[in-house]
Amino acid sequence: MADASPERETPAKPRLLSDPKFRALVFQIIASITVAAFIFFIVRNTLTNMESRGISTGFGFLDRASGFGILQSLIEYNETSTYGRTFLVGLLNTILVSVLGVFFATIIGFIMGVLRLSSNWLISKLAATYIEIFRNIPLLLQIFFWYYAIGFNLPGPRQAMSVGDSLFLSNRGLYIPAPVFESGFMATGLAIIASIVAVISLVRWARKRFEATGQLFHTVYASLAILIGVPAVVFFSTGAPMHLDYPALQGFNFQGGVAIIPELFALVLALSIYTAAFIAETVRSGIQAVSHGQTEAASALGLRPGWILRLVVIPQAMRVIIPPLTSQYLNLTKNSSLAAAIGYPDLVAVFAGTTLNQTGQAVEIIAITMSVYLVLSLIISIFMNWYNAKMALRER
Amino acid sequence: MSHDFAPLPDLPPPASSVGVIGWLRRNLFSNTINSLLTLFAIYLLATLLPPLFNWLFFDADWIGDSRDACTSGGACWVFISARFSTFMYGFFPENETWRINLIYIALIACMAPLFMEGFRHKVKLGVFVIFIFPIFGFILLFGGVFGLEQTETSQWGGLTLTLLLASVGCVAALPLGIMLALGRQATNMPAVKSMCVLFIEFWRGVPLITVLFMSSVMLPLFLPEGVSFDKLLRALIGITLFQSAYIAEVVRGGLQAIPKGQYEAADALGLSYWKKMGLIILPQAMKIVIPGIVNTFIALFKDTTLVIIVGLLDVLGMVQNALNDPNWLGYSTEGYVFTAFVFWIFCFSMSRYSQALERKLHTGHKR
Repeated sequence: MADASPERETPAKPRLLSDPKFRALVFQIIASITVAAFIFFIVRNTLTNMESRGISTGFGFLDRASGFGILQSLIEYNETSTYGRTFLVGLLNTILVSVLGVFFATIIGFIMGVLRLSSNWLISKLAATYIEIFRNIPLLLQIFFWYYAIGFNLPGPRQAMSVGDSLFLSNRGLYIPAPVFESGFMATGLAIIASIVAVISLVRWARKRFEATGQLFHTVYASLAILIGVPAVVFFSTGAPMHLDYPALQGFNFQGGVAIIPELFALVLALSIYTAAFIAETVRSGIQAVSHGQTEAASALGLRPGWILRLVVIPQAMRVIIPPLTSQYLNLTKNSSLAAAIGYPDLVAVFAGTTLNQTGQAVEIIAITMSVYLVLSLIISIFMNWYNAKMALRER
Repeated sequence: MSHDFAPLPDLPPPASSVGVIGWLRRNLFSNTINSLLTLFAIYLLATLLPPLFNWLFFDADWIGDSRDACTSGGACWVFISARFSTFMYGFFPENETWRINLIYIALIACMAPLFMEGFRHKVKLGVFVIFIFPIFGFILLFGGVFGLEQTETSQWGGLTLTLLLASVGCVAALPLGIMLALGRQATNMPAVKSMCVLFIEFWRGVPLITVLFMSSVMLPLFLPEGVSFDKLLRALIGITLFQSAYIAEVVRGGLQAIPKGQYEAADALGLSYWKKMGLIILPQAMKIVIPGIVNTFIALFKDTTLVIIVGLLDVLGMVQNALNDPNWLGYSTEGYVFTAFVFWIFCFSMSRYSQALERKLHTGHKR
């Protein structure tokens, strides 16, 4: 019977102060109030300080004329352009350095990482030496070295080092031929796009056929033939509507071609070499993380060494490599801000440097600069997370 | 009836598979591609190394005190030896440099037992080095008491400043980083957790150079009127905040590596949050994150060169400064090679130490 059961003692109600939920709430309220008060304190100080120093506020300065020139810009820019335009030039230059740096660092890093694991003792030791030297020297020092010690000591334009009269390296920078497109180039462009589409569908068809019948199709050679052959045929049949504009010595410097200023050259060189050393270590540890059983099983199945690498090791290693690779790309993007130290006009140099000195609007400019880097970091990590999810192990 | 089975002695392995030849065949000439690679590498080394060594050592000038001594066409190490004291001590008064040397000696003496097997009071000594020693070092460096001549922070420079920035940045960031990591793990306090996440991700997302810019131009605006900070202190605040975010992530990794049973056992014993963390979790977590902290320290050590941008002269800054000296124009390569060597020695030995530590602490998963 229900009422006959002995009355259960209700446990003593814990004191409010020892209730974890209540304590958590109180602690959070205290922490929030402290942080809010601190922010309020800073904001109030900043406002009074700016008022007393006569610093104007707001983003109106972005529409004013900057009055200074920039060494290199990807878009049209001159002294009469606005500070907003300055910001854009700096941002584009930062992105240019980062993209070039990521491109070269990935190539060098992967090659060095694989060489580090080579069975050839000498090659492996050489790669290890490269990694250990460049990883342990500050990046800024490397940038200074390439820019001041090597770049300044290169021969002048008249004695420039040249490769086949088309590439010139001198203390004015690297000059490479520039492609000049003529009116009929459209057809070749379309042919390139068409051949890319054709290759993608070919690869898909080959994979489907492989999965259905087990027959292999050598997509590599076929794709190369399509990618090079089709545009080449179209290019020459339309009368080769493109020529290269070669740099040539005129007076004291080169004219024509694409000029890569020494600042950009030194920066990309240092960034790629430095980051590649880290990427090489990432690649090495990623490949080593694939257990021996996997390679042994693959060779027991009779796969050839190249196939083992392509079908068994690399897909598994990529899963380990991608997360640290992402953070190396992020580091490279952030490190590109060292451009300011040698005067390459990146975002920090032209915006957080020159613009800040001219307008004095420290708060707005630093805030904009920092948010740009935060957004760039965010974009890179979103992209790499997407790629990582694509590559991740699909478990049943 | 039994036959004593007496086998013939083993034949020696073929001469081509043992000794130097065997080693060469296995490691350098195992197949065609490897042989080609080896020959290419030997060619590369043979063309690059002799000129390099000639420049570095054999043709170099070592003795002298002005650029007139550099005549032989190799490296001019005279430049380094003439400017050595500024590279090491900055503009510290010359007859006071014993104070810096004393700090180094005392620090080495205090740190040495930490690397000895079987020394029992490692934790106590570690706490002493991290929290008490800096006070002693500061008094010696800054002076103004006990009859020591007071120095200005603008006189601090060179390698001393580099080490000071890196170690103070790291030590000051350690408690902050631990608190941030604990806050980020506090799932029952969403407000605290999100504040910590925001703080950490913000500092990790921006380059150190913008942090230094911020601390040098914005920090004075943040303070009440009349209060102003020294240039060095401003840079240190920026570096500390920046570093604390990285340390927080390393410590978080350690906290996550502690098995859940440890947390639950501590809860079951009725320990309060701080006792649980301070007595059970953190001692175990901190032990496994030491290699990670050393790695962030190496990164910070290399990054301290950026203080050049805000006008502090660390060892690289001193070299840059010396290169602008009209008496020593044109010796930038020597200056950079020397600085690179200094940084390389520090970073390489620290990274080797951290790897050894990792191997020592990470047992049990070996094949």
